[in-house]
Amino acid sequence: MAEIRIRNLAKTYGKTTIMQGIDLQIAHGEFVVILGPSGCGKSSLLRMIAGLEEISEGLVEIGGTVVNALEPRERGCAMVFQNYALYPHMTVAENIGYALKVARIPKAERMARIRATAESVGLGDFLDRRPGQLSGGQRQRVAMARAIIREPKVFLFDEPLSNLDAKLRLQMRQEIRKIHNRIGATSVFVTHDQHEGMTLADRLVVMNKGTIEQIGTPAEIYERPQSLYVAGFIGSPPMNILPGQVSTARRGVLLEDGTLLPILSQLDAGDGAMVHVGFRPEQAELVEPGRGAFDARLDMIEEMGAARLCHLLFEDIPVSVLTEGRPALATGAPVGIRLTQEALHLFDANSGHRIELRRIDTRLVEMQPSA
Amino acid sequence: MIERTPILNILTHLILISGLVIILIPIWLAFVAATQTLQAVNSAPVEFWPGDQLWVNLREAWALSDFGPKFINTLIVATGVVVGKITLACITAFAIVFFNFRGRMVIFWMIFITLMLPLEVRIVPTYAVAANALSPFQTILDATGLSGLIATLSGVEVRLEWNLLNSYTGLILPLVATATGTFLYRQFFLTIPDDLVEAARMDGAGPLRFLWDVLIPLSRTNIAALATIMFVYAWNQYLWPLLIITDRANYGMVVVQLSDLVPDQLTTGGGTPTWHLAMAATLVVMLPPIAVVILMQRWFVRGLINTDK
Ligand SMILES: Nc1ncnc2c1ncn2[C@@H]1O[C@H](COP(=O)(O)OP(=O)(O)O)[C@@H](O)[C@H]1O
Ligand SMILES: [Mg+2]
Repeated sequence: MAEIRIRNLAKTYGKTTIMQGIDLQIAHGEFVVILGPSGCGKSSLLRMIAGLEEISEGLVEIGGTVVNALEPRERGCAMVFQNYALYPHMTVAENIGYALKVARIPKAERMARIRATAESVGLGDFLDRRPGQLSGGQRQRVAMARAIIREPKVFLFDEPLSNLDAKLRLQMRQEIRKIHNRIGATSVFVTHDQHEGMTLADRLVVMNKGTIEQIGTPAEIYERPQSLYVAGFIGSPPMNILPGQVSTARRGVLLEDGTLLPILSQLDAGDGAMVHVGFRPEQAELVEPGRGAFDARLDMIEEMGAARLCHLLFEDIPVSVLTEGRPALATGAPVGIRLTQEALHLFDANSGHRIELRRIDTRLVEMQPSA
Repeated sequence: MIERTPILNILTHLILISGLVIILIPIWLAFVAATQTLQAVNSAPVEFWPGDQLWVNLREAWALSDFGPKFINTLIVATGVVVGKITLACITAFAIVFFNFRGRMVIFWMIFITLMLPLEVRIVPTYAVAANALSPFQTILDATGLSGLIATLSGVEVRLEWNLLNSYTGLILPLVATATGTFLYRQFFLTIPDDLVEAARMDGAGPLRFLWDVLIPLSRTNIAALATIMFVYAWNQYLWPLLIITDRANYGMVVVQLSDLVPDQLTTGGGTPTWHLAMAATLVVMLPPIAVVILMQRWFVRGLINTDK
C-alpha cells in the first residue's frame, strides 16, 4: 500500500520560506492533482516527495515509512518531467530500460519488459530511435514508459502536458488517467491548468503562495470554494466578485449602489460586516432592467460558439454572464441580472474566508429587487 | 554576415586564399628545402621548386636524430598528457558543476587562475617541484617545526624526496596540471539541463553512474576536441623537456632532437648549416599531429562550436 502522508511540511531557501504548513494525506491508488499558479510551490512540493529537494521541516511518509532521509531511488517513486528529460544519446529502448539496467536486471528480462511497456504506450515501433527523432507526443510517451516500467508505488507528474499542443494534450490527459486506472499506483499530478486538474483529479489540492488553500473533489471545490482566492482561481470564466456590507435588519447584503441582495439563509456574519459576494457567470441570467437582483450596463459580448459571454459593468466593476441566447443589446444598454440563492457565495472581506450560508429554505427562491 | 553579392563573394574568397597562401608558403619552403642537396639549399637565391633528394634526406635525418625511440617517447608523453588531461578535466569539472560543497567557487577560481600561468611563466618553481615533488611538503614540515619534532622524538631526520627529472612522469604531470580542459568541461556541463540530472537520480543512478552513462557519452565531441588540442600541445613541447631531460638517449623528445640538426654555436658548436636535413626532419615530426587533427577534425569542430543537444 502506498498512501502518502505529508505533515507540517515547510521549505526554505536560505532565509526565504517558500512553503509552510503543508498537511496532506493521499490514499492508496488515488489520483491527486496539485493546482496553483506558477511560482506557488507546486514543483517544490512534488520534488520533496520525490526526494530531489531537501525537506526543510516536517515529515513525508510513503506507505507508512518516513522517507525524509531516503534517496529518490529508495522511495519507490517515478517521475515524469515537464521537458521529458530523456537521455539524448540513448535509444528509446535504452531510455525506457535505464532504471532496470541500473538495478542490474538481467538483459533478457529487461528487454522483455521494455518491449511490453513500450507497446502498452504505443511505442513498439520506435524502440531503436533516439529522442531527437521523435515528435513531442512520442517523447512524452517515452517519459511515461520510463516511469511505468519501474512499477513504482507512486507516480509523480510535474506539468507533463504543458509542452504539447492542445489536441495532443487532451489525448494524453485521457491516456494518463487510463494508465493510472490500469496500474493502480498512487498518482500526484502538478499543473497550473484548471481544466487539466478538474478532469484528471479524484481530489484537487489548490495551492497559493506556498500554502494549501483547499483540498476537495473537483465538484466540492467548484461548488463550495473555501476562500476568495479559490473562488477566483477555479472556474472559467472566473467567478464575479462584488463588494458589499451585511445588513441583518434587512436580511441581505447592501451592494455599492445601495441595492439589497436578499440572503434567505442564516448568515454567520455580524451587522455591518464587510463582505464579498460571488456568483458564477454560468449561474446568472440576463433579464429586463429592474427585473433582476441588480442592474448593470453592457460593455461587450464575446462569442464563444456554444454560448455568449456578456461583459457588463456594475458601478465600474466588471461582471460577466454566460448566456445561451443571443441578446440583442447595444453597448451601454442597461440589463438586469437574475440570480438564484444557490448561486451566491459569501466571503469575509478581510480574511477572504468563506461565510457559510446555512440554508433555511432549500427551495429555489427567486430574488426580487427590493428598493 | 549573411549578405551575398557576387563582389562580396569574390572578395571574401580572395581574403581566404591569401590567408591560406601566407600559411602555406613557409611549409612549402620547408618541403622544398627538404628535397635539396646541401649545396643547393645553401646557395642563393632560394629555390622554389623541389629537388630529388627527399628520400635521401629523410633517411639521413631519421638516423642522425635517432627518431625511432624518440618518436615512441614523444608518443608516450603526448598520450599520457591527453589521457591525464581529459580525466582530470572531466572529474574536476564534474565536482565543480554537480556538487554543492563549501568553497566550490573558490576552488574553481583557483583552477581558473592557472590559465593565466602557463608552464613557461612558472617554469622555475615547476622545475624545483619536479626536482623533488615532495619539497612542498618538506617545506611545510620544516616551517611548522614538525620535522624537528620528529627528529628529536625518533632520531630519524625527515627528508622527503621524489625526483621527477628524467622520467615520463616528470614530462607529463606539469603539462596535465592546467585549467584549459577543466574550463571547457565546466562550460559543457553547465549546459546539461537539471531535469536530466534529476531523471537519472529517479532512475537510481548514483553520481559516478551518471558521469559514466550520461555525461561522458554526451561529451564525446568535447573529448575529441580536447584530445586533439592537448596532443598537438604536448607533441610540440620544447622548453620543458629541454630543461628536465638530461638523459637524452633514453627520454629525448622529437622536437628537442630537431634543434640538434640546426647548427648553432651553443648546442652543436657550429658546423655546416644542414638545413636540408633539419627541414626533412621537421616534415616527419609534423606528421603525427597532422594525422591526429585529420582523424579528429570531424568530431572536434562540433565540440568547439556546439554542444550536440
Ligand atoms: N533553488 C531555489 N532557490 C531559491 N528559490 C527557489 C528555488 N527553487 C524555487 N524557488 C522559489 O520557490 C518558489 C516555488 O517554486 P516552484 O516550486 O518551482 O513553483 P511552481 O512549480 O508552482 O511554479 C518560487 O517562488 C521560486 O522562485
Ligand atoms: Mg513548476
